Amino acid sequence: MNLLFYIFSGLMLLCAALVVANRHPVTSAMLLILVFFFMAGLFVLLEAFFLAVIQVLVYAGAVMVLFLFVMMLLDIRSSQIRRQNAPAMLAGLSVGFAFWVEFWLILRHSALPVGAPMNFDAGIRPIGKLLFSEFVLPFEITSLLLLAALVGVVLLSQKETR
Amino acid sequence: MMTEPMIAGLWTDTVSFFGVHAVAVVLLKIAVVLFALLGLVSYTVLAERRISAFIQDRLGPNRVGWFGLLQPVADSFKFLLKENVMPAHVNRIYYVLAPCIALAPALLTFIVIPFGNTLAGEPMVIANLNVGVLWMFSIASLGVYGIVLGGWASNSKYPFLGGIRSSAQMISYEISMGLSLIPVFMHVGSLNLTEIVNAQSHRWLFLHPNLFLAFLIFMISSFAETNRLPFDLPESEQELVGGYHTEYGSMKFALFFLAEYANMITASALMVTLFFGGWQVPFALPESLSHPVTWLAPFVFQPVGFVYILSFFLKMLLFLGVFIWIRWTLPRFRYDQLMNLGWKVFLPMALANVFVMGIWMALSV
Amino acid sequence: MGGTSFEYSYLLILVLLIGSIFFAVAPLVIARILGPKKESSIKNATYECGLVSKGDPWVQFKVQYYIFTLVFVIFDLETVFLFPWAVAFNALGAFAFVEMLIFIGILAGGLLYAWEKGVLEWR
Repeated sequence: MNLLFYIFSGLMLLCAALVVANRHPVTSAMLLILVFFFMAGLFVLLEAFFLAVIQVLVYAGAVMVLFLFVMMLLDIRSSQIRRQNAPAMLAGLSVGFAFWVEFWLILRHSALPVGAPMNFDAGIRPIGKLLFSEFVLPFEITSLLLLAALVGVVLLSQKETR
Repeated sequence: MMTEPMIAGLWTDTVSFFGVHAVAVVLLKIAVVLFALLGLVSYTVLAERRISAFIQDRLGPNRVGWFGLLQPVADSFKFLLKENVMPAHVNRIYYVLAPCIALAPALLTFIVIPFGNTLAGEPMVIANLNVGVLWMFSIASLGVYGIVLGGWASNSKYPFLGGIRSSAQMISYEISMGLSLIPVFMHVGSLNLTEIVNAQSHRWLFLHPNLFLAFLIFMISSFAETNRLPFDLPESEQELVGGYHTEYGSMKFALFFLAEYANMITASALMVTLFFGGWQVPFALPESLSHPVTWLAPFVFQPVGFVYILSFFLKMLLFLGVFIWIRWTLPRFRYDQLMNLGWKVFLPMALANVFVMGIWMALSV
Repeated sequence: MGGTSFEYSYLLILVLLIGSIFFAVAPLVIARILGPKKESSIKNATYECGLVSKGDPWVQFKVQYYIFTLVFVIFDLETVFLFPWAVAFNALGAFAFVEMLIFIGILAGGLLYAWEKGVLEWR
């Protein structure tokens, strides 16, 4: 499975880079969907099948539809798409580099075990059991988060009618 | 693992673990199912045309071949030989990509459905995934992109409106579709479709009152999900010309068309699998059917395997018939009615159904 | 190599993915080779029932489509959480049922609130 791991992660990184480099929003969105696909492939290699399917269902099937809708609302034409300018690119690259350095430092000094694969049954049943015994509180808090999002939607739509 | 040559390692491992014979059998299964699915799609189109003609007191296509049975062949050649019009105003890449994105998921969803028990010891399902139903949902949810991109890439008013409408409709009903099935999984305790079929060996699931409600919600949602009447607002000929595929012609249009029918077939197959016992038959079969047939000795086929496949196939045809029948019976919904039905009727109903199912199961233990 | 049969199923899916893409692309390629090509400005025009198209092809559409998509994402997530719960329901017991009731209750409250505020009303 190592070969598949390198193929998936390589293609994922390539697509992710293209998401940023590409100037057309719809193409970027489509590439992002591909990124999610390859990520799902990586989950499959870890035998986390449920996570892989959820990855596709939620991110590729729901969140990206939302993104696409926003793009359709905005009326993007290729003539209006801004050219890259050097200062913005420089700023972006430096922030990205700083983030990468920070991430690397954190990883280096972290106490996380490196390399040892966790022996964890990622089947849907064990996840269900864990979710409702050990991780009840985060689970319930998730519902509050979703509620907050829903209230935000209500607010948005009220603004629109006023 | 790291040291061996990786491609060769993968291949030899696969073959040595399962054997060359098994790999060949699986590839054969894939080929047969994909071709059968595409064949069934084209004959469903013919059936739709003949049945709609019958309902409207017309004849329908009856000239090509016996009773028009060769019409799909003629149609496919016609689609292949038509001019490939690519209008000047479209976004060329997405215009061509959209029909492919619509069709590929439609073909991929079918593979987790068990269409028979076993044949010569080989389970009659291509991929027996543990997350079976979720796989279907996640892949089917990608079908939206074909439609919304088709509408957008056409760069024309009607297709754009059709694409937007259709995607909003599909996502709305995706929720009630997913929620309606939760009671089924509570009852069976698995998402694996083979296990769901096996759980129905004594009693088909639609006989359970809660699950019957689930079935109704699921069926109506699947009409909306496949853009069929009474929910065919994305196309609605009278207001949007042809909806998202107005600017499409020749094979590119045909792919959209095939995708719609493939989705219909998958929805029927899923309803049969989840609620109507899958490949099972409602009565005891004669014992003699399970003896192997001697003249097929090298393969050791048992006739009972074919009976199960036939049973599945007939049930699926029944649901396809319902799809076609409804199309020519009910008028189209208005868009606000459609959204109301999805969000204000089905969503609360499906949630309440989950709740009642939980109480029911807690009490019956 | 740990060759569980499920892993094997997913390898199959990779094969099938390629197969279905082939089935989607091949007809287009064949049609492109076989089909005639006679372009004309009329054929290339936007299809609008024979009238000449006026104005921009992009039309302003209701923001409500977007609002409904937002609500969809929220409830899609809720459904995703229900799946593992439903599968493990038999093994979980009454406590988990109450937990799920709280979860659904909060979101159902949100739905009622949105309903009351007219978000679900198609105007």
